Amino acid sequence: MWHTVRRALMITKREVRDQFRDWRIVTPIIILTLFFPGLMNFTARRAVDFVEKYGADVIGDRLIPFLLMVVGFFPISVSLVIALESFVGEKERRSIEPLLSTPLTNVELYLGKLMAVMFPPLIASFLGIGVYLIGVYRQVGWFPDLILLLQVVSLTTVQSLVMVSGAVVVSSQTTSVRAANLLASFIIIPMAILLVGESMIMFWARYHILWWAIFGQVVIAGLLIRAGIAHFNREDLLGRELDILNLGWAWHVFHDELVGKADSFAEWWRRKVKGSLVSLKWPLILSLLIMSAGVAFGGLQAKNYPLPSEALDWKQLEEGMLQGIEIFGTIRFFSVGSAGIIFLHNLRVIALASILGVFSFGVLGLIVLVLPLGLIGYFTGTVAQTGISMWQFLVAFVLPHGIVEIPAIILTGAIILRLGITLVTPAEGSTIGEAWLRSLAEWVKIFFIFIVPLLLAAAFLEVFVTPKVALLLFGG
Amino acid sequence: MITTKNLTKHFKDFVAVQGVNLELKAGEVLALLGPNGAGKTTTVRMLTTVLRPTQGRAWVAGYDIFKEDAQVRKSVGVLTEHHGLYQRMYVKEYLDFFGQLYELGSEEREDRIKYLLHTFGLEGESDRRIGEFSKGMRQKLSLARALLHSPPVLLLDEPTSAMDPESARLVRNAIKKLRSEERAIVICTHNLSEAEELADKIAIIRRGEIIANGTPRQLKRHLLGPSEFEVQLRETWDGKDLGLSEMVEITAAGEDWFRFQTASPDEVNPEVIKRLMNDDFSVIRLGEVQRSLESVYLEAVHS
Repeated sequence: MWHTVRRALMITKREVRDQFRDWRIVTPIIILTLFFPGLMNFTARRAVDFVEKYGADVIGDRLIPFLLMVVGFFPISVSLVIALESFVGEKERRSIEPLLSTPLTNVELYLGKLMAVMFPPLIASFLGIGVYLIGVYRQVGWFPDLILLLQVVSLTTVQSLVMVSGAVVVSSQTTSVRAANLLASFIIIPMAILLVGESMIMFWARYHILWWAIFGQVVIAGLLIRAGIAHFNREDLLGRELDILNLGWAWHVFHDELVGKADSFAEWWRRKVKGSLVSLKWPLILSLLIMSAGVAFGGLQAKNYPLPSEALDWKQLEEGMLQGIEIFGTIRFFSVGSAGIIFLHNLRVIALASILGVFSFGVLGLIVLVLPLGLIGYFTGTVAQTGISMWQFLVAFVLPHGIVEIPAIILTGAIILRLGITLVTPAEGSTIGEAWLRSLAEWVKIFFIFIVPLLLAAAFLEVFVTPKVALLLFGG
Repeated sequence: MITTKNLTKHFKDFVAVQGVNLELKAGEVLALLGPNGAGKTTTVRMLTTVLRPTQGRAWVAGYDIFKEDAQVRKSVGVLTEHHGLYQRMYVKEYLDFFGQLYELGSEEREDRIKYLLHTFGLEGESDRRIGEFSKGMRQKLSLARALLHSPPVLLLDEPTSAMDPESARLVRNAIKKLRSEERAIVICTHNLSEAEELADKIAIIRRGEIIANGTPRQLKRHLLGPSEFEVQLRETWDGKDLGLSEMVEITAAGEDWFRFQTASPDEVNPEVIKRLMNDDFSVIRLGEVQRSLESVYLEAVHS
């Protein structure tokens, strides 16, 4: 381990020295380190003076820590620019091949580059924070408590790590600096959203939530670094591929995974469908565990956040349910159209979960899927508190359609996980794009063969069977 | 030192190198010749483990390129097609950086850098930035980088390109010296006279396949036929048949000279002289016609 770090640091040292020789990097770092914190000090002073006049001291109290975060963030934005060209820039300058011909391993090279692009802007950022703190202390006598300071420093570090690790992935997978710059929006936009969220936390002064933001970003950075190393390919760095959209090739890869060379339906089923299901074994187990944990978590929340006692009055509840069922009847709930609405709603949820999953290594996709199961857990727990058997509740309201809908959700979770995992798993002999297209083809196969029929069946059961079972068990 | 068996590289549907078999011992120089895009650089990149072969196997300095890639890279000095130098670095700093990557101790680095800068006539330039260098100087610096860790195997892509004649001579002499130090050297070049001067073995590659492979003499015999000799006479010959056509094939003739080909000059040449003298011809000279590597190359590439 130490050997790897020591050799990675050789790359880091060279690159950092090289960066400090480039005025295009040094100038913005100096400005953002010295000038920008001064500007923020001035802003803080004026803002505090202004809001004090109107007795809105709280705004000033919130603004100063917020500006501390901003001062930390601006210098690290430079790291994005440097990171984006870390590999692809060397590729364009043709200096990557001598480096690849040395005994350096992929991990050493990757980590060396990662540290090189992160350290100078991060040091500049810490200096900027220092300059701001000195200035703000002298002007308004404010100094953060140590926990807040630690949070801001940690937040700045992990933000830098997330941006840099994302940008290095982009840099090692693109064919030109121009392409890398264009793809940078995939980093800038999520970071901007994140920053808005963090700003809200700062103004809201719920600083303990910042720990969650820090933790989440550490996880994301870890996944991005893992993805970068997993897909680091020396060949691609020497390739002469052009930045052209090769739809023919993409379709070829996709089609090969979707259909392959199967001559008959039976062969296709055996080779392509069964094979996909078998390969989904571990994602399925993981998805099942996550969904189960979601139900259990929901159930526990019923104790922590109980509904008001009148809402738990069984007599009212029973009447309400019966009324609800009767109302459903009058508005023609028991119709094919209603089943269609439920089916389309579920499809929308799965589409949303899949899209979010693609951009978050599967994490956000699973959160979307686990939410309804958490609600089931919550209501089951709540009902159990009224003295009614939770099994009776589950059999009446969940089981009739859940028996097909829940497997569909678990299966969806598994294919979303597979899409996410593909990005962080080495694909021997294929590019990241190829591996991802193959996973997408698997998604399409599983979606149309299993999930759509299951959801369709679930929608009909939910409309035509579940209310009747509920009525039978609870209606008397 | 270098052995390749059926070495093949495909890029998606494009076949870059197909079934290359090479054998090179310590102290030998192999010239890899071929038109642009023939697969020379791809072959070298596979030997440096930068590219992974689609098929086949190869051993460099005794190490398997698939299983012992780090060892292979440690044992190989590479001069890449493009110099790929860091423009803002100083010469000495640059070589020191690569010396560290090859895990040389600080004293050894110091000594090697000094020695190599002297070898390539760059001793006064160690504190200059690389960006200030001319093309030829950059080429020499790249060579110094390749030799820094004294590798037993050298893979040199166009070692004298962009060099003035004096520098090129300096580099060629360095390569000869390296050969005498029992290193295996592969040179990719378009400079055929250089290949002829340096190479013990020649492999001609076209569209990814080796189409000719052997010593220069073997290739000449194989591609251009048996050795050719020229006889210069004092008298006018006028194409008389002196019974020579029974022994040799006359390939060209002039007023007082002719050329013939024979696969066994030791027996045939004295007989040719004897017959000519019997017919009262005075032989001024009988010598082997020098056949250039260029004719071998063109014959191989166009046949």
